[in-house]
Amino acid sequence: MKISELKFEGWEGLGLQELFAFCREHVEDPTYPLVKKWRAAGGKVVGHFQVYFPEEIAHACGVLPVRIRGGQADGVETSQHFGSYLCSILKTSLDLALCKHIELDLFVTHPICDGARNLAGIWGRNFPYKAQVLHLPQNPNSAAAPLFLRNEYERLAEDIEAVGGTKLTEEALRNSLKLYNHSRYLMRELYRIRNAAPWKLAADESLALVAMAGLIPREEFNRLLEKVLPMIESRPVRGHDKMRVVFEGGFCEVPPFDLLQAVSRSCFVVDDDLFIGLRWLLDDVGTNGDPLANLADAYINNSSYSPVQHDNNKPREKMLLKRIRAANAEAVILAAAKMCEPGLDEQVAYTKELDHEGIPYFISEFEENQNNFDDITIQMETFLENVMFN
Amino acid sequence: MSATTSQQHDGTQGEHEILGRGARESARLTRKWFSGLTEAARHGKGAAYVFVMGNMNEVLRTFDMPIVFPEITALQMAVRGTAEEYLKESEDYGYSPDICGYLKADIAMHLRGGEHPMGLIPKPSIVVTTNACNTYFKWAEIWERLHGAPIVTIDVPNERARNTISLPGKKDYKFELAFVTTQIKELIAECERVTGIKFDIDKFRAHLGYANRMSHAWQELLKLNTNSPAVFSALTDGLAFLGMANTYRATEEGATYFEDLYEEMEYRVRNGISASIRKDGKDVQLEQRFRLGFLGVPCYPIFRGFNEFFSDWGGIFVTSSYLKFASGGTAIGFEYDLNNPIESYAEGVLQTVRDTQTGVLFEMRDIESKLSEFKLDGIVYHGVKSCRTASSGLADRRFHTSASLGLPTLLLESDIVDPRAVSKAQMKNRADAFFEGLISRQQKGMANR
Repeated sequence: MKISELKFEGWEGLGLQELFAFCREHVEDPTYPLVKKWRAAGGKVVGHFQVYFPEEIAHACGVLPVRIRGGQADGVETSQHFGSYLCSILKTSLDLALCKHIELDLFVTHPICDGARNLAGIWGRNFPYKAQVLHLPQNPNSAAAPLFLRNEYERLAEDIEAVGGTKLTEEALRNSLKLYNHSRYLMRELYRIRNAAPWKLAADESLALVAMAGLIPREEFNRLLEKVLPMIESRPVRGHDKMRVVFEGGFCEVPPFDLLQAVSRSCFVVDDDLFIGLRWLLDDVGTNGDPLANLADAYINNSSYSPVQHDNNKPREKMLLKRIRAANAEAVILAAAKMCEPGLDEQVAYTKELDHEGIPYFISEFEENQNNFDDITIQMETFLENVMFN
Repeated sequence: MSATTSQQHDGTQGEHEILGRGARESARLTRKWFSGLTEAARHGKGAAYVFVMGNMNEVLRTFDMPIVFPEITALQMAVRGTAEEYLKESEDYGYSPDICGYLKADIAMHLRGGEHPMGLIPKPSIVVTTNACNTYFKWAEIWERLHGAPIVTIDVPNERARNTISLPGKKDYKFELAFVTTQIKELIAECERVTGIKFDIDKFRAHLGYANRMSHAWQELLKLNTNSPAVFSALTDGLAFLGMANTYRATEEGATYFEDLYEEMEYRVRNGISASIRKDGKDVQLEQRFRLGFLGVPCYPIFRGFNEFFSDWGGIFVTSSYLKFASGGTAIGFEYDLNNPIESYAEGVLQTVRDTQTGVLFEMRDIESKLSEFKLDGIVYHGVKSCRTASSGLADRRFHTSASLGLPTLLLESDIVDPRAVSKAQMKNRADAFFEGLISRQQKGMANR
């Protein structure tokens, strides 16, 4: 079976509300049913951890890339594998794999934080397949970084080929780049709607759609969004006034849907960094010349920002200000997953900058599987009221 | 449970001079280092800020910059019991209780104008970081915001998966080395810009030569503990050794220190003189009953007490992962080619820094392998809140090593700098239970002979 033949079904014909619920159910399903279907047909799977992974390479080799993103897990299987002081997503991701909810042929993590780097060793000890770090450069400012990353991508491709992928060809990669370019365009359109007419799409609804990009073949995701975007544009919801807010801090472990729903009741989240890795590249990747080099160059020179990437040219607090201004936002929710070092570290830089600029913000922590939001909801509503009346 | 003994040795004046020389000299050199920094701070001289995993001292010393190791200055706060006030100040400033304590203690020190229990710390004029720890980047960025110091990053490609290290001459190695080489040249250019001093390649060669001498002695020193009795504690003596390996790296003093240290320890081996511990204000030899490996970072807030959890039972740490990764990988004994200094240096950086990561991310073959020559009776894994790099994988490694080696293991958790995260009673209980298990195992072993 080819990736393009693997169909995501059951959503056609649904109304918008039912469609969001259907997607959310699929995103929250820890058993990865479509991946199982793919494997049953003899397909190979590369599971990649957060934040950004060049899925085009796996896709071009005919191997299904799947985002490993934690989920609902009771933690029993991982209790002997992790100590304290670690974020939830590291643990639940391993838990789901140990319970065999997802089976892979290759696991890739990234040097986004010290916990994530350790996943290569942890997964490598617990599963028979190769578990590795894709060395996305933490010195993208070096003149040698683009060539290094291009070669690193080639190394990754060889590993993907070795687990049963087809040989990476420039033509196949160009085709995959075109597919993913279109996918990123569709996601940019989604966010454009949220910015221009935020009453038409809430943050939790947007996440339900975007998160699908890491779970189903990209062809199917594009098909879904092409259908859904016009439905959202013509959604019969009257425009009304609520505070415009940026949500910052969901770049890796994301908050539960219900928390985002609660936030959306009080304000319009007009931009966020939820699963930013899926929207990491800001523009089309060129398909002329060396496509692998183009993909590497795009990562380094035409990409978004996140606390997990060190780049002298992208001071995060300045990038956040740009996001706030582009979104015409009035306030910021600075969230961090519990125990997330990069997120918690960056909160201080953000708050100092926002204080300097006189932009109000609300600081919070969350956990992917929390189910009590009363306190945080009350605090946030109080914050928003204070901003409005001041 | 008394674990002290007097061992017969010749008691000559020479012996009195050589035994303990390393400890005395490291204390003197540590005071000298802090004095130098205080002097630089008083004269408003900027320093190079570096980290232990990839400290680039060979390059930086060529530019005559004072060198600050914030991990070491923070560690000294912890060992001296002064860290908590700094941590609280940092948390009042906005930093979370759940992030690296070294970083927080250091930032509070900066907010106090560089006031440190052992003197004054000069501000940074340049920051050099590697990718060996992601907190390094955050830390560097904070100094950049506070002081405007430019950051130079040396990104060193690590081993990507278990047992996949790239080998010299192979395609992957070549592109990794090319990346590191360019970054070293970029570092040199930035140092020239910041200091206004032209890079002196002959001076660089001299510092490489000192580093070679130190690496060689260090590598040989660590092997001495494969003997019985072990001649130093990887935990307590190791702290002093690491201080020297970093703060005096690529200097003649550092090279001499380690050559003399090797001489002292080799003397101990030849005369069967055990490692010493501090007891009632005196150095006494430890009666060694159990040879242990240590994985993780030590508990500095109760450093001596932490060691006593083990030494009171006759346990001695004969080896540790910490001695390897916190000395920046120099223990692999890479020798710089002085005829090809820059390219050889880049190759050394690639091999040493990635070696630190192999140890923290995958395995320490000296400890977690049946091929270990250290004849271990048990392994202690110590995870800390402040270091996800060295701690995230420990529980899993313990799970697998216990099964594969059949060795008793102990997992403890506390912190390297935050006394609020240290439960002495709980750790002692667990350590006691561990040793009871070791004794039982030892007795069964004797009964089966």
